[in-house]
Amino acid sequence: MTTTETPTPREVTVIFNREDRIFRGVVTGGALTSLVVLGLIGLFLFMRGAQIFGDKGIRFITGTNWTAGSGDGVIPDDFSIGAMLVGTIIVSLIALVIALPLSVGGALYLEFYAPQKVRGILVTLLDLAASIPSLIFGLWGIQVFTSFGERWAVLINDWLGWIPIFSVEFDNFGRSPFIAGCVLGSLIVPITTSVAREVYSRTPRDLVDTCYALGGSKWGAIRAVVIPYGKSGVIGGAMLGLGRALGETVAVYLLLNLVFRYNFRILESEGGNVASLIATKFGEATEYELKALVAAGFVLFLLTLVVNMTATTIVQKTTPRA
Amino acid sequence: MTESITETGRSVTAEASVVAGLETRGVHAWFGKHHALRDISLTFPARTVTGIIGPSGCGKSTFIRLLNRMHEFIPGAAMAGSVLLHGQDIYEPTVDAAEVRLKVGMVFQKPNPFPAMTIRENVLSGIKLAHLKRQNHDDIVEQCLTRAGLWKEVKDRLTASGGSLSGGQQQRLCIARSLAVEPEVLLMDEPCSALDPGSTLRIEETIKELAEKITVIIVTHNMQQASRVSDYCAFFLTDGGPGYLVEADATRKIFTNPSDPRTADYVQGKFG
Amino acid sequence: MSATTTQEPVAEVRPQTPWSASRSVRAKSGGTLLLSGLLAATIVLFTGAAGIDGWAVMFLGVSLLVALLRTARVGGKERRDAVMRVVITAAAVASFTPWLSIFGSVLLKGWPGIHINFFTQDMRTTVPDDFLEFGGALHAIVGSILMVTIASVITLPLGILSGVYLTEVRGRLTFLVRFVVQSMSGVPSIVAGLFIYTTWVTATESFSAFAGALALAVLMLPTVARTAEEVLKLVPEDLRAAGYALGARQWRTALMVVIPTVRSGLTTAAILGIARVIGETAPLLLTSLSNSALRFHPFDGPIASLPTYVFGYLQIGTEYAIARAWSGSLVLLVIVFILFTLARRFGGKDKR
Repeated sequence: MTTTETPTPREVTVIFNREDRIFRGVVTGGALTSLVVLGLIGLFLFMRGAQIFGDKGIRFITGTNWTAGSGDGVIPDDFSIGAMLVGTIIVSLIALVIALPLSVGGALYLEFYAPQKVRGILVTLLDLAASIPSLIFGLWGIQVFTSFGERWAVLINDWLGWIPIFSVEFDNFGRSPFIAGCVLGSLIVPITTSVAREVYSRTPRDLVDTCYALGGSKWGAIRAVVIPYGKSGVIGGAMLGLGRALGETVAVYLLLNLVFRYNFRILESEGGNVASLIATKFGEATEYELKALVAAGFVLFLLTLVVNMTATTIVQKTTPRA
Repeated sequence: MTESITETGRSVTAEASVVAGLETRGVHAWFGKHHALRDISLTFPARTVTGIIGPSGCGKSTFIRLLNRMHEFIPGAAMAGSVLLHGQDIYEPTVDAAEVRLKVGMVFQKPNPFPAMTIRENVLSGIKLAHLKRQNHDDIVEQCLTRAGLWKEVKDRLTASGGSLSGGQQQRLCIARSLAVEPEVLLMDEPCSALDPGSTLRIEETIKELAEKITVIIVTHNMQQASRVSDYCAFFLTDGGPGYLVEADATRKIFTNPSDPRTADYVQGKFG
Repeated sequence: MSATTTQEPVAEVRPQTPWSASRSVRAKSGGTLLLSGLLAATIVLFTGAAGIDGWAVMFLGVSLLVALLRTARVGGKERRDAVMRVVITAAAVASFTPWLSIFGSVLLKGWPGIHINFFTQDMRTTVPDDFLEFGGALHAIVGSILMVTIASVITLPLGILSGVYLTEVRGRLTFLVRFVVQSMSGVPSIVAGLFIYTTWVTATESFSAFAGALALAVLMLPTVARTAEEVLKLVPEDLRAAGYALGARQWRTALMVVIPTVRSGLTTAAILGIARVIGETAPLLLTSLSNSALRFHPFDGPIASLPTYVFGYLQIGTEYAIARAWSGSLVLLVIVFILFTLARRFGGKDKR
């Protein structure tokens, strides 16, 4: 037995030969494409929309007008997306308010209540629902759901019309933020439910068992252990859903009357969102209007990016990778 | 550090004029802050079997993974000291680890044949992977499988998937796979721990036959196995801190008349 | 310990589950459900609440009432448990109903328009309001296939490289790459379309299938990259170690050991990517537009696709045009489901 002094660890050099260096270079390059593309999207949209930001400044975001000028200068161009931003947020929030309780309930049902046989089928159905194109949600919304939605809207207006957001100016309940929000809600439920289920399934089994062993009921265990444990994961999932709802185009396009006015009455048949504005105006836009649309796209890009990055951070923090 | 070489390496090197195939000098290992192995100096004579024994957690596996530079794949791993292959330190900055591993092969605790390859492809995989130029692939397959003691069992189904074999057969396939690249040293990290007694016996015979041509270093927690297959034995121990070498000597001496009382206790099964 | 059990013939022991609901309990709860349903229906008939949705709300109300009544004599803990069971089940039903309704309506409304001509003809010589026996969506199907194929060819290698970077190379940018991929999956589809419009379409001065494919590729990349990473992570560290221990270099280990091991998993990644974008409409409105004739040229001029076909005919709004939109949706949904099934089939293969 010798007791020599502990030496310092030596530097170990790993030699990658030329082939390995090429391989690592190519792979790194490939992996960085996402980064480059994401950067380019921001850069190009900003560059092409820069003139609008210069011309309008902050009013591009706060104003409500979207007027294509007459071209000879008699009626000036006036483009701003304030109303659309408000519309975007309102529709997405309605979607979230609907989707969040349904997702939490659905995820809890799948994890804790569903009979074993039914569970597999429902999980498959959930995965399938996540892959239904939003176009089909829009088609279903306008052709099938609207009749239900209008009736609910009338009921809500009858009973709760005294609350400002449920009042209406005209007795026309179709194509309202409420209906669009409902459809968007069912569109993001698969996303939020999947995340919530994932998080709930990671609840340490022994914690739940402890609750049962202490004589707790199922709901007791869920409330005491499962829901607190999954809280931040579910919030992250909800934000992923929110990000999706903020950027949704066709479903909103089909389900909402585009009106350039701040509208906080969710049952009123008017609203809009930035994405559907772009889809609507793109076809016959003048060159200057096109720049305004690109600028609007840039704002939407930033908005969803912030929401998504926050959501990603939350989800990654709460679901440690194995 | 040089003192410790003579101290611990003496008994083995003093044996005879055998060629020293592989040698370690004052080797330490860390995982992050955790000091796993302390000052190991050992010499492995060519064409012998050395058994590395000791209770679990004493750094046996860490030690042999140091011998072919597999240690560095573990994040946070660090080492000190030197490992000499034919007198050349394999941790020199100019040494290509891939070349080292070509000469110092390794068989793992759990059989790990490549699932996407057939038995034949598995045997030849090293040649393909290391980009070696070899003729007569059929001969290599037969020869390696024969040396690994598997040829008779699989010669009629060389195109079956490697995963279709039993655990013991898979392990022998992994041995055959290592032999195909003609290593000079073969490291075995508890190769039989996941196997049944029959397969274990079969693999032990294989090891003895291998030693006629190459140097084998085998980690085992099974003392009977060490006494059956090895020519030399090195006994590792830990007191809760880093693992260290207690003594290394000819197997017979370790098992009959060890110089350290702790070795005697261990080989008699008093602890570990 | 005694060894007498083998001596006497013992009646065969059958597995039992004494904790699961007995038949009578199950019959009781089934009966309660049935009665609640009927009660709800009665309320619907005699009050103003109309339709299946009205019935559902009434049923929920009745169920809650039943739960309260049943637990009236026991403690608050049981009562809360019973009520929450009803509430959570109701939430699950409410989230699954719209999807079932979508599947049902697409099938019912899309089926009448599915004739053989739907797959063999385009709309060159047909006006939208012609009978459904005339014209079809061949051009849209071909356009979709064309664009998705190009998008896959671009995305698949990049996605796999990204996965390989995260699992094999494990460079310094691992965290960043993972974060960016995740963030990129949240880029709104219309923004992807706008991006390709401001770059490729403006530069080539032409809407085209290739432009559409580029926009789809932007949306597809994160899905493929993420799935590829998940799949590559399943490769046991053992196999990499075995490769390295044989003296293989990193690139040969990655290409010859790691990737072949998860071949079918990577196929899944590709399929999921395709399923993600096959129904995308918004970006195509800005990049490939639509047309009514069968075309194959990827670089020249607008081209139809299934989503823009559905979108376009829905906009026209006449009876047969809308029917065509539903049929297009049915085809789209069937394609998505086939892809989904394939992905599952392949996904299960690698796990040994």
